[in-house]
Amino acid sequence: MARKTTTRSATAESRTANILLFILLAVGSVIMLAPLLWMLSTSLKTKAEVFALPPVWIPEVPQWDTYTRMWSEAPILTGFRNSLIVALSVTIVGSVTSSLAAFALAKMRLPGKNAIFIGLLAGLMIPYPMIMIPQFVMFSKLHWVDTLLPLIVPLLFGNIVMIFFLRQYLESVPDSLIEAAKIDGANYLTVFRVMILPMIRPAIAAQFILWFMTVWNDYLAPTIYLNTPSKQTLQVVIANLNTEFATQRDYPLIMGASAIALLPILIVYVIFQRQIVESIALTGSKS
Amino acid sequence: MTRTADLAPQAEGSTSPSPTPAAAPPVWRDRRARNRLHRTEHRWAAAFIAAPVIGFVLFTVYPTVYALYASLTRWNGLTAPKFIGLENYTALFGDEYFLKAMWNTFFYMIGIPIGLTLSLLLALTLNRQIAGRTAFRTIYYVPVISSLAAIAIVWQFAYNGDFGLVNQALSWFGIQGPDWLQNTATVKPAIIIMAIWKGLGYSTLLYLAAIQSVPASLYEAAALDGAGALRKFRSITVPMVRPVTFFLVVTNIIGGSQIFIEVNIMTPNGGPEFSSASIVWYIVRKAFKYQQMGYATAMAVVLGLIVFVITLIQFRLNQRNSFSID
Repeated sequence: MARKTTTRSATAESRTANILLFILLAVGSVIMLAPLLWMLSTSLKTKAEVFALPPVWIPEVPQWDTYTRMWSEAPILTGFRNSLIVALSVTIVGSVTSSLAAFALAKMRLPGKNAIFIGLLAGLMIPYPMIMIPQFVMFSKLHWVDTLLPLIVPLLFGNIVMIFFLRQYLESVPDSLIEAAKIDGANYLTVFRVMILPMIRPAIAAQFILWFMTVWNDYLAPTIYLNTPSKQTLQVVIANLNTEFATQRDYPLIMGASAIALLPILIVYVIFQRQIVESIALTGSKS
Repeated sequence: MTRTADLAPQAEGSTSPSPTPAAAPPVWRDRRARNRLHRTEHRWAAAFIAAPVIGFVLFTVYPTVYALYASLTRWNGLTAPKFIGLENYTALFGDEYFLKAMWNTFFYMIGIPIGLTLSLLLALTLNRQIAGRTAFRTIYYVPVISSLAAIAIVWQFAYNGDFGLVNQALSWFGIQGPDWLQNTATVKPAIIIMAIWKGLGYSTLLYLAAIQSVPASLYEAAALDGAGALRKFRSITVPMVRPVTFFLVVTNIIGGSQIFIEVNIMTPNGGPEFSSASIVWYIVRKAFKYQQMGYATAMAVVLGLIVFVITLIQFRLNQRNSFSID
């Protein structure tokens, strides 16, 4: 739009404006990144450097051993493993159940399916804290407390947001394609596997990553259910590290562990940036 | 199996399983056969939808109904709940901690309009042909994808009065910052600032997508009419991104009413004089530390009602808006 400006003075004006805005954005970027960079720098400091005045910004000798000793001094590794188990099992199984349901809701005949869909959507209005206590008691009667099961099992049944998104996506697929496959006598599971799945794969991928991030970063439910350190997910492990090691003033260790908790998702984001951004932008504009 | 039985009964013993084309049309006109076909389809569809429906009933509907009942009981989660009527609800109004947690939770929402204004301005800026704008978009988005638990730990450290990053930065301008999280006046603003920082990239992204879908012809027409930048912003951009604003306001209020992680990690004891405790933080504490499950559930039901009413009001308002535009 700016390129269409005709008069020379206007172009010059917008160029100055752009330079000014660039400076503003750069200052903003520093604010956005500062806490994260500071986290990294602190993780490489000695304990003395953490409390030094004037402050030390870049550690004299980077203490890389922070990143080796934290694996032995805290259950980081088991936290990592538990988080992976939860996030992968939930998102893999849940994506299958969600996409099958989305296919049925968008493209198959079933009396009352729209009422079912609206009912599921209405369920999104119920905040987790409201059902948290009955759920907890339910799972404690099953002796599932202090296991990963309460974090996994409820989510295996599918994700309503994902169903909603995939259903919207499938609306654009012409019915005639599916009718043709049906007349050929293909079984519905085959129609799904051979036709639908390849079509909605990009949408599934985007939703899969977003869901993985949510589960990986979850904290409230894991903190309620998991007590034994070796059974906790990574977020709970680092939160407990924070309270435990703060008294010992071992901030490098806490910051290093926090950095480790961020890393996997940051890497996934950098790789899948485009799909993630598109998917989020679509979610907002479609609502 | 129904297919071969219906379509080609005469083809028994034939080596070719496919029906002759001539045999197909009458079958489609046969209502019974179509019903049977549909019944198969219904069964498959029901099977595909079964998982989310079962999950929904088991893990949402049942706990919701149970919560409504449990809120009327005295219950420690171990022994059977004892029905006490509305006692929990009347007790809430006399519980100064509950009222304070409620007040704090609403106070945190001051951050929503601030965050949305900032992100709309940011989106407008990032929509211009500015050098490095792709890099900027990524940078502003990094906090969004970071885990809130880790971020809260970092900010807790950053807010430390003696050696925290925030006060070090303030000291360059000759400002002596407070011990943010230990001070009743600054603990809530501190958490709000962090929440804005965390969520800015998300709303910016949504606004950016909305701005880019505004037809350029609208701006061109306005320019011909001699409208200035401010006028274009007020009369075109703001109304055109209204659906996104609506979406963000609703989701932010619902999310904000459930604020917990920041509070629990940055102020494990609810802050000085309970000044940062949120409603969910208080629910978790009452339920899992003091085993007052019935009382905690009553608070959770109040929270659920608030979320429900807010959503309802918002949708009413939005409906009226879209009517006036049409």
